[in-house]
Amino acid sequence: MTELKVVANATCTFCGCVCDDIELTVEGDHITKAKNACVLGKAWFLNHHVEPGPSARIRGKEVSLEEAMDEAARILTDAKFPIVYGLSDTTCEAQRVAVAIADWVGACIDTTTSVCHGPSGMAFQGVGEVTCSLGEVKNRADLVIFWGCNPAESHPRHWTRYSTMPKGLFVPRGRKDRTVVLVDVRKTKSAPAADIFLQIRPRMDFEVLWVLRALVKGLKLDPADLADTGVSLQQLEDLAGKMKSCKFGVLFFGMGLSMTRGKHLNVEAALALTRDLNDFTRFYAAPMRGHGNVTGADNVVSWQTGYPFGVHLGKGFPRFNPGEFTTTDTLARKEADAAMIIASDPMGNFSQAARDHLGTIPYIALDPKETATTAAATVAFTTATYGINVPGTVYRMDDVPIPLRAAFDSPHPSDELVLRGIEKRVRALQRASAAAR
Amino acid sequence: MEKKAEELFILIAGRSTRQGTSMNESKFGKDYTEEIGTVQVCPEDMNRLAISPGDLVRLRTGQGAIEIPCVAARDGELPPGMLFMAYGHYSSQLMGSDTHGTGMPSSKGLDVYFSRIGPPVSA
Repeated sequence: MTELKVVANATCTFCGCVCDDIELTVEGDHITKAKNACVLGKAWFLNHHVEPGPSARIRGKEVSLEEAMDEAARILTDAKFPIVYGLSDTTCEAQRVAVAIADWVGACIDTTTSVCHGPSGMAFQGVGEVTCSLGEVKNRADLVIFWGCNPAESHPRHWTRYSTMPKGLFVPRGRKDRTVVLVDVRKTKSAPAADIFLQIRPRMDFEVLWVLRALVKGLKLDPADLADTGVSLQQLEDLAGKMKSCKFGVLFFGMGLSMTRGKHLNVEAALALTRDLNDFTRFYAAPMRGHGNVTGADNVVSWQTGYPFGVHLGKGFPRFNPGEFTTTDTLARKEADAAMIIASDPMGNFSQAARDHLGTIPYIALDPKETATTAAATVAFTTATYGINVPGTVYRMDDVPIPLRAAFDSPHPSDELVLRGIEKRVRALQRASAAAR
Repeated sequence: MEKKAEELFILIAGRSTRQGTSMNESKFGKDYTEEIGTVQVCPEDMNRLAISPGDLVRLRTGQGAIEIPCVAARDGELPPGMLFMAYGHYSSQLMGSDTHGTGMPSSKGLDVYFSRIGPPVSA
């Protein structure tokens, strides 16, 4: 008879909300119930299956873990410009080993942040970040603005757990005590849940944010100046008034700002508006982070190199330069001559030029599932899934660390175990090479 | 197949619920590949261009072109002149590799040339 197990306070690592109040019912190696999980969390847990194939392959052929780790170490130490990329769907414990490997081999280390909120990271450095935890939002926020994001489809429990629905210390009636605003170019499934929806024209985010800054400062504007934005001066005057008069406001922004023309400048405008509003009230801004531990990747790479993504370690000291050391660029410019891809799928979602080059160089891929990236890898490791088979630490989108509880064991090794094996072999090869000189 | 003239649209690539619920099953599965391989068009544009749900359409940028089926967006979700696709293999083929010094290629708000090809081959 299959053993039945209940895992209380399990953590969902599908998205950056990292909900840690999930109750899992586990029968053998299947999760049959995921109480409290949203539609995405339920799919994450209930659709989970352990990949049936081998844990390690070289050029598609099954090999032992040891052989694959030997080959991975050889690829990385032979390279002149190796890159290490991904990291947003694995534990902080694995991430820090990946940074160590990058450091030993003088690689560029970059995370999927560079193709989601990397521009936001640049804006934080340019303007500064007025930030707060989601717990503060839950207990205090009476004005919640979502800009360029669609939480109904990408972060369903953000609303019910943190930002709009819950009753809090200073918002005892929950949703009734809050005004919710959505600004987007599409009238998404999030729109009906907002009190105010402003549909701006595509690529007009910067202009609208800058007009709001002017209005918050009390400047008089001509309605004609907003002709191309899709919204009226009156709508923005109303919003600026609400922003200045709230007790605790927060602006959550998504990739509608960071992936659209303007990128870091759009986010800088949002952060500058937030900073300006603190002359009048308490106001905060925070990115809506996508992957389960992308925030952890930013933190770990920052602890260890001083920078959050796009870091070159080839000179023996860290250098940060988005556009130069970020993975889309190092691949599309054909600079990288080897790669290690951890828990991400650039073959499925990078520009064609970047994909084409990745297909020509030796690379290592670690992923719990078969993807376009693992399928074309020189060395592919099938690894255990974090948060389901592997415990560890992840960071919620507001930089709060959360522990993971494993539901059941996997026959596959963890990312951390594979990376530690590769690191050990890299060091051994480097020592042997130094001794031979 | 019948081809019609291209029109300039703006493409937004983003996340969708179906993409999120199907990706853990398999990125090679029917649900996931169908979701990332379909473009949503606003109903007014469908009518104006005489496009039926399921018709093949062509999206082209300076970087590449894809030919995929289309569906009508939910009423009011997309304004005329705008397309939506779930982010993935197909939308990325339209994306350039220039990151303008940020590491991030422009992947939302892309100018795309859009045209109807015709009914799917099986029809």
